[in-house]
Amino acid sequence: MSAFTGTGRLARLVLRRDRIKLGAWLLGTPLLGFALAGSVIEFYPDEAARLSYADTALTSVVARAFNGPIFNAELGSIVVAEAYLTLTLLAALVSTFAVVRHTRQNEETGRAELLGAAVVGRHALLTAPLLVVVGANVAAALLLGLAFAAAGLPLPGSLAAAGAVGGVGVAFTGVAAVAAQLTITSRGANALAAATVGVAFLLRAAGDVLGERDGLQLVSAWPSWLSPLGWGNQVRAFGAERWWVLGLPVVLLIGATLAAFGLARRRDLGAGLLSDRRGPARAATGLLSPSGLLWRLHRGSLVGWSVAVVALGVSMGFAADEVNDVIAENPAAAELIAAMGGGVDDLVDAFLAAMLGVFALAIGAYVVQALLRTRADESGGVLEAVLATAVGRVRWLTTQVVGAVLGAAVLVLLAGLATGLGYGLAAGDPGRNALELGGAGLLQLPALLVVAGLVTALLGLVPRWSVSLSWAVLIGLLLLGQLGAALDLPQAVLNLSPYTHVPAVPAVEATTLPLVLLVAVAGALFAAGLAGFRRRDVPN
Amino acid sequence: MPVIAIDGLVKSFGAVRALDGLNLQVEAGEVHGFLGPNGSGKSTTIRVLLGLLRGDAGKVQLLDGDPWRDAVALHRRLAYVPGDVNLWPNLSGGEAIDLFGALRGGLDQRRRDELLERFDLDPTKKCRAYSKGNRQKVAIVAAFASDVELYVLDEPTSGLDPLMEAVFQEEVRRLTGNGATVLLSSHVLAEVEALCDRVSIIRAGRTVESGSLSELRHLARTTVTVETVRPLTGVAELPGVHEVRAVDGRVRLEVEPEHLDALLTHLIRFEIRALVSAPPTLEELFLRHYDGADDGRVVADSGAERAQ
Repeated sequence: MSAFTGTGRLARLVLRRDRIKLGAWLLGTPLLGFALAGSVIEFYPDEAARLSYADTALTSVVARAFNGPIFNAELGSIVVAEAYLTLTLLAALVSTFAVVRHTRQNEETGRAELLGAAVVGRHALLTAPLLVVVGANVAAALLLGLAFAAAGLPLPGSLAAAGAVGGVGVAFTGVAAVAAQLTITSRGANALAAATVGVAFLLRAAGDVLGERDGLQLVSAWPSWLSPLGWGNQVRAFGAERWWVLGLPVVLLIGATLAAFGLARRRDLGAGLLSDRRGPARAATGLLSPSGLLWRLHRGSLVGWSVAVVALGVSMGFAADEVNDVIAENPAAAELIAAMGGGVDDLVDAFLAAMLGVFALAIGAYVVQALLRTRADESGGVLEAVLATAVGRVRWLTTQVVGAVLGAAVLVLLAGLATGLGYGLAAGDPGRNALELGGAGLLQLPALLVVAGLVTALLGLVPRWSVSLSWAVLIGLLLLGQLGAALDLPQAVLNLSPYTHVPAVPAVEATTLPLVLLVAVAGALFAAGLAGFRRRDVPN
Repeated sequence: MPVIAIDGLVKSFGAVRALDGLNLQVEAGEVHGFLGPNGSGKSTTIRVLLGLLRGDAGKVQLLDGDPWRDAVALHRRLAYVPGDVNLWPNLSGGEAIDLFGALRGGLDQRRRDELLERFDLDPTKKCRAYSKGNRQKVAIVAAFASDVELYVLDEPTSGLDPLMEAVFQEEVRRLTGNGATVLLSSHVLAEVEALCDRVSIIRAGRTVESGSLSELRHLARTTVTVETVRPLTGVAELPGVHEVRAVDGRVRLEVEPEHLDALLTHLIRFEIRALVSAPPTLEELFLRHYDGADDGRVVADSGAERAQ
């Protein structure tokens, strides 16, 4: 029996377990690429618009940091600059989660033990998911390349750009393989790999901010070359393509896989290299209540979100100061921002309002994941043990909802404060700007209350569907918020989203009525969810 | 007044009828064994008792209340050890014990420390690092350190070693010594025999037997092996005699306890040379109910017959 016996069978098991997730990934990537390319092509119809875009992209620090380098003023370059971050983050995170799901999570749940006791080689448990995830990245990249070409871009550049995206996925497949050997929990492995994505982003951003302009081309500084996210840019798709750079992620994958095999040989199944610390023998008084437990379980994720929101908020605040320069010459982009930011003429205010809206959408994901933990507790069995104590159902669920909403309130407040601070640091008067936007951020809270109410209703009324439906609704809201304005959807459709009804402060004056109505809707959804949860079986 | 009184409880999950008219009566101060094959409805019954599931029909009374309506008030007076103990992976065992105790309404710290020592459990380990047996110990310590009237234990010792099993039995005796009532679902027959005053056996969601162990023994047939000088005839026709077989010149048969006397009178006429009479072992008693779990109705009916 070789170390790889059984890899084929296990790979089929991975495919079987992930058939829906993989299908969504393989279809979603080209669709998203096609939509993004299409909107860019519409926005920059002529040479002048493209040249002005290129000029801003090369001079703006924010554009360099977030959109990466460009190498000419071709349409394809602009598409890459606009779509690269979204597509690569998606590829990196989806690959990471898939690898961890089929490696460390299997060990955590004990499935790996069962599989490992069968006729399965030592390395098959790791090799099978790697094969599937790398294969999925290659397939998604091919489809993405075809989608770019179908949108009207030249084929070689399309394939190079898609290859760059696939390369990022392949590189982080390797990173996740190593991370899964280090930590004991799948959450820990995911966090470690996601942190590596963050570092890769910072390195790439630093390299591109420090890079030198050479005509219409940006020569990135060395930190970009240390980052798998930077490699994708260095392929220079739609410019003078450097195909050999696509070899770098493959080299990383091979190196990381060998390292992971080496680590796996040195440890026991189920154990990690980063050992688990011991805990206190007695609980602190603060833990001994449903709210104390809630804080203990959610504080780590809330701190992580806070750091991310503050960092992005300050960056977006700085970016707001450049909005007039960037967009003044591009009427289509100005129109979009004005539409997203409440349809006003002051582009900076519109931009700031639009950014707060984007933050609120993202923080919706915090609310959803925090509340869905209740469902995980129920499936895992721990909720049953808790409800068998003197804690009533109403108290338990209300605590969860209040906790999620308070977390969301902290995050929207921080997002506003940080955005205002960043803008103030660039444009002057940071204190007043921070306070003003902090208040504007809090106005987003009613929309998040509706999200929380909706998840509560799903948990109480259709528990078995609550996880998939909650995420589906959130993705629907994201699409409405992001593409609604660009696609000119009818107002009746846009009105379905609670976010549509939040006044776009600071671009427009705050109005009370829509906020009150949102709170009322949220209250009704929460009451329905609570009533359902009181009546239904647990576990269900 | 009984501590638990269930009468004709029905609970369906979709098309599956998990509980089909189940009866259960547990008196104050007793350890009541709750037995049945896997999937027969033991955990479902316990979840109904805890107000986690709502019964479709039938009457359920727990302590002096309704387990669904008065859940919170009743839960202050009981402690529960689930069959499959799941804990928060990033809390230490000690934290989980204190948390469960606090959520239940208080914990005797001295008992907690004593139990940790008796069960040899390290409370500083993270819950994710515990084995199945140690996770069970966490739940047992949290439950036993609470001073309550009723302990509901769902297969609490399936992961414990024999040494810990002995500690567990001593601790259960200590609970009942203080006047508490215990409902013990278990597959460990030695444990049931050692601890339980009365048992209820369920099959396919129905109670098929209920009573003390000696009562149950009395309901089952005794195996008799006999060797006689003259060839034995006419036994098979005797009332209450079954499964007559000749083995190595002896005759082996099963007889219902109330017909034992008539059988012996008959046997004496053939000059008994050797006779062995064996009451049913606990295993035989249970296996008869556990066997052929795919056809619960037949056994349930025969159980009803015997009860007459």
